Amino acid sequence: MKKKLKEIIKKYGSNRSFLVPILQDVQREYGYLPREALNILSQLIDVPISHIYTVATFYKAFSLSPRGRHQLSLCMGTACHVRKAPQIRDHLVRKLQIEPGETTPDLEYSFNTVNCLGVCALGPILVADGEYHGQLTITKADKILKELEKKERTTKKVAANEN
Amino acid sequence: MADTVTVTINERKITAPAGSTILDAAHDANIYIPNLCSHEELAPYGACRLCMVEIGSREKTKLVASCIYEVAEGLEVRTETPRVNNVRRFVIELLLARNPYAPVLRKIAGDLGVKDTRFKKRDKGCILCGQCVRTCREVVGVSAIGFKGRGVTRKVTTPFGESPVDCIACGSCSYVCPVNVIPLKEENGVREIWNTKFELQKCTKCGRYFAPVKQLDYFSKITKLPKERFEVCLDCR
Repeated sequence: MKKKLKEIIKKYGSNRSFLVPILQDVQREYGYLPREALNILSQLIDVPISHIYTVATFYKAFSLSPRGRHQLSLCMGTACHVRKAPQIRDHLVRKLQIEPGETTPDLEYSFNTVNCLGVCALGPILVADGEYHGQLTITKADKILKELEKKERTTKKVAANEN
Repeated sequence: MADTVTVTINERKITAPAGSTILDAAHDANIYIPNLCSHEELAPYGACRLCMVEIGSREKTKLVASCIYEVAEGLEVRTETPRVNNVRRFVIELLLARNPYAPVLRKIAGDLGVKDTRFKKRDKGCILCGQCVRTCREVVGVSAIGFKGRGVTRKVTTPFGESPVDCIACGSCSYVCPVNVIPLKEENGVREIWNTKFELQKCTKCGRYFAPVKQLDYFSKITKLPKERFEVCLDCR
């Protein structure tokens, strides 16, 4: 882990003022900010761990706990809200058995709600792994989840075949 | 640039060193401005917003936080206008909603004529002035504590909410806190702060407990003097 972190900070010349981009890279690498990584990072760029913790908890984009393999963000903005986003949220909560902002115990899905994605004309919107799905309905949401599962299975199969 | 500037505070001409804040200039001239987050040992911060003053000439005035606003030649400042007092009353009510009992807040509230807060009381104790965090970083130099989160969930905490690894148990945070919400306990040679127990050093001469071992280790590290030097209390030295 130390080697990997050294590589990341090398990109920023070990400059402590690049803390946020460094943390972004760490998060991209591990999917979240592992505690161990933050401790090592604190030593490498000579920033107190309390400061790193402050920054990591300030931004919503950073997560200190492992996140799911699939990220689901449902828009709850005004336009999406009036087009029945709350019902879709309730449906996903029931289906995934987690509250918004949580991750399923099997680390498959992280589900959270956001306030506006800025594409109100397409509402309600669900972002699944960076892909925007507009004019969402409950049936459509189910389909998206199934697609994600299918993708997962094929990649697993490919990986198994390669082995 | 001149070394000193002349400003007008409450119609009084005052000379202040260039680069100083309105708050410092006013206090040097014996003009009181209420404040909670500023401290002479700490860099200006501007968190509590109690030190708001009105600047500018009559037609065009604006409110600024005097603890972070630098004096400039010819600046006109008023510290007790209705607009200023209105803002201060509002701010103290917000602070009282977070901590309705702290004597320092009640005193300022009383001075401003505020009896009670109109907001729902959520006794959190901490008023987020950040003096503890800044003292730990700027004066002590260890940065053991910091803020967590933002907005309504912002709070002062140790990293990951656990025993602070960098803490030397000096107690400066507890000492500097204006509302006294950082508990520090000392009992049988053990100091407890941030839910962590720290061993105290016994004076090698008189046998009295006088300071945390970790703090003395830190002193020895930054002064590059042998540890033994710090194992004797101040009275016996």
